Amino acid sequence: MNEFPWLTTIGALPLAGAVVVAFLPASRATLAKQMALVISFVVLGLTVAMALQFDADSVAPFQFVESVDWIPQFGISYAVGVDGIALVLIALVAVLTPVALLADWHVIVDDGKHRVSTYCGLVLALEGVVVFAFAATDLFLFYVAFEVMLIPVYFLIGMFGGAQRSYAAVKFLLYSLLGGLILLAGVISLYVISSRELAEGTFDVLALGELSLDPTTERWLFVAFFFAFAVKAPMVPVHTWLPDAAAAGTPGTNTLLVGVLDKVGTFAMLRLCLPLFPDASQWAAPVVVTLAVFGIVYAGLLAIGQSDMNRLVAYTSVSHFGAIILGIFAFTELAGSGATVYMFAHGLSAAALFVTVGFLIRRRGSAMISSYGGVARVAPVLAGVFLMAGFATLSLPGLVSFVGELTTLVGSYERWPVAAVIAVIGIVLSALYVLLMYKRVAQGPATENVKGFKDLVPIEAAAISPLIALAIFFGFYPQPLFDVINPAIERTIDQVGAPAITPDVVSEAIGGVR
Amino acid sequence: MTHLAVEGFATPEFDYRLIIPTLIVFGGAVFGVLVEAFLPRTSRRPVQLVLAFGALIGASAYLLLVTIPHVAPGSVVRAGAQGTIMMDRPAVFLQALVLLLSLVAFLVFAERRIDAGGDSFTPSAATIPGSVAERELTRAGVTQTEIWPLALFSVAGMMLFPAANDLLMLFVALEVLSLPLYLMVGLSRRRRLLSQEAALKYFLLGAFSSAFLLFGSALLFGYSGSISFAGINEAIGTNLALDPLLLIGTALVSVGLLFKIGAVPFHSWVPDVYQGSPTPVTAFMAAVTKVAAFGALLRVFYVALGDYSWDWRPIIWGAAILSMVVGSVLAITQTDVKRILAYSSIAQAGFILTGVAAANTAGISSTLFYLVAYGFGTIGAFAVVTLVRDASGEATHLSRWAGLGKRSPLLAGTFALFLLAFAGIPLTSGFTSKFAVFEAAASGGATALVIVGVLMSAVAAFFYVRVIVLMFFSEPAPDGPTIAVPSFFTTVAIAISVGVTVALGVVPSWVLELAGDSAVFLR
Repeated sequence: MNEFPWLTTIGALPLAGAVVVAFLPASRATLAKQMALVISFVVLGLTVAMALQFDADSVAPFQFVESVDWIPQFGISYAVGVDGIALVLIALVAVLTPVALLADWHVIVDDGKHRVSTYCGLVLALEGVVVFAFAATDLFLFYVAFEVMLIPVYFLIGMFGGAQRSYAAVKFLLYSLLGGLILLAGVISLYVISSRELAEGTFDVLALGELSLDPTTERWLFVAFFFAFAVKAPMVPVHTWLPDAAAAGTPGTNTLLVGVLDKVGTFAMLRLCLPLFPDASQWAAPVVVTLAVFGIVYAGLLAIGQSDMNRLVAYTSVSHFGAIILGIFAFTELAGSGATVYMFAHGLSAAALFVTVGFLIRRRGSAMISSYGGVARVAPVLAGVFLMAGFATLSLPGLVSFVGELTTLVGSYERWPVAAVIAVIGIVLSALYVLLMYKRVAQGPATENVKGFKDLVPIEAAAISPLIALAIFFGFYPQPLFDVINPAIERTIDQVGAPAITPDVVSEAIGGVR
Repeated sequence: MTHLAVEGFATPEFDYRLIIPTLIVFGGAVFGVLVEAFLPRTSRRPVQLVLAFGALIGASAYLLLVTIPHVAPGSVVRAGAQGTIMMDRPAVFLQALVLLLSLVAFLVFAERRIDAGGDSFTPSAATIPGSVAERELTRAGVTQTEIWPLALFSVAGMMLFPAANDLLMLFVALEVLSLPLYLMVGLSRRRRLLSQEAALKYFLLGAFSSAFLLFGSALLFGYSGSISFAGINEAIGTNLALDPLLLIGTALVSVGLLFKIGAVPFHSWVPDVYQGSPTPVTAFMAAVTKVAAFGALLRVFYVALGDYSWDWRPIIWGAAILSMVVGSVLAITQTDVKRILAYSSIAQAGFILTGVAAANTAGISSTLFYLVAYGFGTIGAFAVVTLVRDASGEATHLSRWAGLGKRSPLLAGTFALFLLAFAGIPLTSGFTSKFAVFEAAASGGATALVIVGVLMSAVAAFFYVRVIVLMFFSEPAPDGPTIAVPSFFTTVAIAISVGVTVALGVVPSWVLELAGDSAVFLR
């Protein structure tokens, strides 16, 4: 069905649903949650239907394309379309939204100050805007979505978060706004250049990729774009907003923040920085890779030292994003596909961790590791789920994160061998911080703190099981992911035009010993 | 006339169809004065309201139905009144915008329900604040209606200002629009001393700047031998010995014009005057005066000094950068809502000047679009400010606004929308206007202005967000202000402003095209 506007529906349905849900009266809290859940399931169903129709062998750069003129004076159109990378990430959003709603089902209650219906409306609004960010093939539409998505997150953290929520929300907003405004300067300059080179200025991403830019301009534009995406990702050293935001947010908010919002940053690096500024990307790669690897180790070390579980998970995210960025800037197909699969996998694993930590917080009221001990004795299923989430984070073979991490590191080794070797330390560090946390929280004799812990209830099980199931399924059978991602990565790497890594050919006879 | 007409008396060339809209507004004002003189006090208000709104609506109708077809492409008749008024496309656009914005501002003037004493204006401006006479008048519930003819005179001046085609008409229009404004600033019902102080400051500084404008005009006349803009432009480059006259004349005229738009370094009057005036007058001043003044600025620089652009561009660059920086940075420490909006106006003037600095057609059209977005947003924001009150009038201290989002989400949400529009968040009119202006500047080679502009937008976003955080995420003060329930006047005014702000953010192409078509000045 080429005529059905899949992407507009998948993006607009949550937005329309958000308006409807947000205006429900305060007394219908449960109805609001149920409606939001139903809408998110419908969106998930539509996404799966769209994904099944995706043609992995097509040579068209984008599928499910829709394009309408929006502001013709500036060459701006409402244009959407997906390639494999965007498809995988939209699927991730569609899965994580119901998970977030379920994770916060019992956490968000009407306390007279803020309403449940507002919360559900904000979550759906965020889902809709993020879908548009992934699906946009018009740079202006992408920018609008990039900025507008800040508003629901700001209110989610600021209204429904825990301690220090106001500070965390404002810090997040100002960091992101600064990045967004620098991006705006870059977007405008790119448009002006396009209006000089082509007959009239355009914002179409494909057309902009064809522009020939002079090296200095290209580098400045790359820096402007990259800065904004680095703040969003987040990448060391502009990562400091994430731990505060994660510490203040609810489990559902954190799921969406780290699982969905941050992916926009790395997605944009892959989909915008690389094709639009290929030479500048190669010029900047040594610095970017150094920062990324530094981030892997630095954030990993910081994670080990955290005593607040939410902050710990936030630092693990920063560390993993370092690996993803390393994979993107290795400019090989293997690393690029690995980075995309890792994005998907990290979304699942970070969500699983945040959701499970949320379960613990709901029972004990504290996010501090020291408040727990021996959970496995009183709530074995809960502890088991926590361990599975931890395994997903440390990339245990058999789970999809292992697939992602392995391909990323092997692919990066082709171009940046030293960096890849140092990045492997990240795996060791992740084992350390996950297992240390698990040991302190779940293992050992049951302490006073965890007396009376109830094991997993059905809603909690419903929230966590899809994540673990998907992680195991794609861990054993990642081929469908690679099938849709590989063509898109191939195209991107072609556009970057980095020198191919060819193995040294042994011209002398193999087997002869000299 | 170079010789005495012996054959007969040639009637002056007026082309009334071009100037009747202005004459209608003048007529309304004159009749308003007569009403004040002859009608008994009780029946003045309805008559003044009818006159004021009728004059504006009549002028708009005439402008749209008769003047625009008359100056449509193909017709060569554009300059009226002996060539002193040029009704080309920018002038028509700006006159229509002035009338539209004044209509919305007049709606805010007409509000009577939110103040227990009546409307926002003092019963008698001549009484000394705190005197017995003032108390008696207030107790008697007297309301004065002189504000209406004053405002109409000001509107008429604002219609002439962007259409003025020579230096003398420019000065006359400036004075006609300014003198009533000096008076209106002093007519506040509450905090009269502050209001009178603001009026005096505005008057003194305004008189100074008008004097600068006049002196600069004299120097330009001395250079070119002509007061008409076309004549000045022709003379540029022909007489190198007199170039210093041209340079200094340009600089002095810029001082006068930059003062009117509140650009740094001639901005010192803005915070005090905006804070002291009655808030409806602030809304009127902040929106419509800027529109008229930018129109005059554009005409003087593009028509009269068009061939001199190499030399005046640094002035505009400097004023733009300084306004953006000073306006954004100084607003961070403000604690009064009206002062925050005043400094934000200074920063916005800097952004609009970025469009002027572009010195190309895209610069003019983006400036015109920005004026539309800015005008409606400003009137809406100040109209919301009138609704937050306590026993002593408006509660404008920022701490009183804490927690407003919890007590009155609709009001706080509307104000947040206007603040987000000023900050330039996408899907609001402010983003489209900033985008248009930065794009014009970038393609005009003013990349440094764009960079300063985005950085200062980030700084400005900080204090806009601070107010939003205060409204939504702070605890309300225990003895907090009340939210006055407005009558239909203010409600309609705010609704129109919200509608325009959202529409220009989501579907701006119609107005963008209009502004683009209107961007051609005639000499």
